[in-house]
Amino acid sequence: MSDNPAVLPPTSAEPSAPKPGVMRDLARRPVAVGSAVVLLVVVLVAIFAPLMAPFDPDGTQLRLTNSLPSAEYLLGGDRSGRDILSRLLYSARATVMAAVIATTVAVVLGVVTGLLAGYYGRAADWIGSWIANVLIAVPGIIVLITLYATVGSNQRVAMVALGILLAPNFFRLVRALTMSVRKEYYVDAARVSGLSDLRIVSRHVLYSVRGPIVVQAAFAAGVAISLQAGLEFLGLGDAGAPSWGGMLLEAFTNIYRAPLQLVWPGIALAVVVSALVMLGNSIRDTLEGSKTRVPSAERHSKLSVNISKSTGDEPVMTLEGLVVEYRTVTGWKRVVHDASLSVSKGEVLGLIGESGSGKSQTAFAILDLLPAGARIAGGTLDLRLRSEPRSQDRASVLGRSVAYIAQEPRSNLDPSFTVGQQLVEGIRASSDRSRADAKTYALELLDRVGIVDPRKTFDAYPHEISGGMAQRVLIAGAIAPEPELLIADEPTTALDVTVQAEILELLRQLQEERGMAIVLVTHNFGVVADLCDRVAVMDAGVIVEEGVTQTVFDAPQHPKTRALLDAILDADVVRQMDNQTGATL
Amino acid sequence: MLSFVARRIATGVALVLIVTAITFAMVFASGSNIAANILGENATADQIAAKQSELGLDRALPIQYFDWLTSALGGDLGSSYFTGEQVWGALATRVPVTVSLVVFAMLLIVIVSVAAGVLAARRGGKVDSAVQMVSVVGFALPSYWIALVLVLLIAIPMPRVFPPTGYVPLSESVWGWLGTATLPALALAIGGIGAVSQQIRGSMLDVLRLDYIRTLRSRGISPRSIFYRHALRNAAGPALTVLSLQLIGMLGGVIIIERVFALPGIGVLASSAALRGDIPVVMGTVAFTVLVVVFVNLLVDILQGVLNPKVRIDV
Repeated sequence: MSDNPAVLPPTSAEPSAPKPGVMRDLARRPVAVGSAVVLLVVVLVAIFAPLMAPFDPDGTQLRLTNSLPSAEYLLGGDRSGRDILSRLLYSARATVMAAVIATTVAVVLGVVTGLLAGYYGRAADWIGSWIANVLIAVPGIIVLITLYATVGSNQRVAMVALGILLAPNFFRLVRALTMSVRKEYYVDAARVSGLSDLRIVSRHVLYSVRGPIVVQAAFAAGVAISLQAGLEFLGLGDAGAPSWGGMLLEAFTNIYRAPLQLVWPGIALAVVVSALVMLGNSIRDTLEGSKTRVPSAERHSKLSVNISKSTGDEPVMTLEGLVVEYRTVTGWKRVVHDASLSVSKGEVLGLIGESGSGKSQTAFAILDLLPAGARIAGGTLDLRLRSEPRSQDRASVLGRSVAYIAQEPRSNLDPSFTVGQQLVEGIRASSDRSRADAKTYALELLDRVGIVDPRKTFDAYPHEISGGMAQRVLIAGAIAPEPELLIADEPTTALDVTVQAEILELLRQLQEERGMAIVLVTHNFGVVADLCDRVAVMDAGVIVEEGVTQTVFDAPQHPKTRALLDAILDADVVRQMDNQTGATL
Repeated sequence: MLSFVARRIATGVALVLIVTAITFAMVFASGSNIAANILGENATADQIAAKQSELGLDRALPIQYFDWLTSALGGDLGSSYFTGEQVWGALATRVPVTVSLVVFAMLLIVIVSVAAGVLAARRGGKVDSAVQMVSVVGFALPSYWIALVLVLLIAIPMPRVFPPTGYVPLSESVWGWLGTATLPALALAIGGIGAVSQQIRGSMLDVLRLDYIRTLRSRGISPRSIFYRHALRNAAGPALTVLSLQLIGMLGGVIIIERVFALPGIGVLASSAALRGDIPVVMGTVAFTVLVVVFVNLLVDILQGVLNPKVRIDV
């Protein structure tokens, strides 16, 4: 357990609305139930120790000195000839007392000050945060030892002091939670309806922060018990009352003669502290919805992939009967049912549908970029490329012959590396260029995608460039290996309208200049009209219509296509479409 | 950047002043006991009073603290009430012991936590559950408890390799030092390994879900680079904060650990001085500890800036 009382494990500072089913969920976790039972037993032992202990914990008998366990003295005797089992049971009292006092002081102090600081802010917040920071820097154990030296071996006073040292944990937690609850509208509503500050704080704020407080309290109690026993182990305990820490100390000085004596208080201490931490963890997982269960990185892909050298005019990519499924609580859920697509060399195919129609999943399946928890349950993918394939593994074509552009440009750049570092790494992963060559090439690419000052952008971090620039950078990265197939997943959706047109224009130019095939995933028929030779319409995981763009526009067959057209076609788009189709067709 | 460092140093100075003042006040509260402790049980009340005024313990608390502070700033930490040993000298011989232990423990934490955290995030499933379970238990157990287990199971059966008590300085013999420092460092490290590996695992999982990881994969970048160069780098910030908190906590834990292994470090010095009311020694060790805390916090802020370019620009 952390040796610094001011630092407990973090609990989410998000107010998680405690669901009514928390207790029921907890009851389903064996670890939580087991821990709760252990703690209940310890509390009962502490209360009923006089009834349960077979002997007087302080009674000494010469023949019991360092004796081994026997039928009468189940755990044997210590070096003073006292019954170890009786002492062990009585020791639960000191433990429970330490935990209760320290945790109560910490919770009351921390929660009250945290609420004040979080609710009123300004001066209250500043002072409270400063005190919390000081307490964290205080060498807790030295202060506690000093305190023992000052007030004598009074456990209660020391545990109150420990409670004060633990309070910053609750202060910071409650302060952060209160600040975020404070911003919620219902608190404003309560205020407007004339409730007093005290009522608002106690009714609304405290209600939503109680879950995390319980979690922290479990950890705090664990720290209190560890530290109390540790201080006893240093010889600072009350010699009159038995305690696990004191028993550990006695056994430790006796370690060569009777090592077994170390085991009993050791087990008791470890079990209680572990139970508290595990209970805290279980409650936290229940409240926050655990990210504990991660599906192992398994790949049950049933997609049969065939990569070959192109011999004539066949499509560069043909996808047949793709089925994509996602793992859910109730089993595998199908999100793409039977998708078939093909793209010819140098052709731009629009893949259009509403969000949730499965178009992005189809794109990810082609790229082998489906997230964990998804699998391909069937389908065939044929890629026919300019050169002889090096293997049938898609990893060998990804970032070389097949490239990808994402929807949200900013979040698709690693914030910790400069634009240049990321471009150079990608270029070097897909070619055998030297670092210097890769840099020159990256600068050329940045220039080509219309970045005004390539050198400056090369050295910039992602947060220093605009969204439109970030998308140009991503396009530069995608076209770097001169791919034959580019899959662009809503490449303009996240951008400003003016920038959208520029990016589409750039994609059109690059496509014509390099003759690459593009699959353009979008929900916008305007974009399709602008750029695509053919279009496939997707709905609920199925491709419902496919054809030449102009034909689909003129005579949409499927009701979904008509709905998508109606939703997007306004006068501007129609005009734009007429101009463009007139020019390109 | 300069104003940021200046602000942090100002905060650090304030922190040192306040914490030493609090500690001073607490030790002072036992003023009369101190004189009695020094003189032994047979001292008369007059003798005790005389001793108190000799040491200046009968003066007002703020004056005493101010006295201590001015001489400390002048480089004089005074000498022990009990042994007469210069506090500087006592610190100089003991700090290397504790620092070498803590540094060893920190290295163990970093190496094991990165390996375990990345493994759990990368493999998932059963491997992940196992790492989670072990780290929760490791985190829960008090460090001195682990020290006792190590003594019982390793040091006592193998006293030649791992002597249960005593210390060999690193300057004397590397192997001797390893023999005496490994078990204490391990005891100190296990809790931290639990905490830091959980943090690394959690942040790695968060990072691996982000969009740019998918884009990196689409560029044909190797999984190795994605895990260790990109994901770990972005997950390192929160882990670094947890690591620094562990280091600060270790300064407390080391007090009990040094007792268990009878190591002549600063923890033993502090605890025995605190028990006797040896104000100059207590104040010396506390001042040292708080300075370490301030230094660690500053170091972490600078490292966070190195890790995270956004922070770098803001400061």
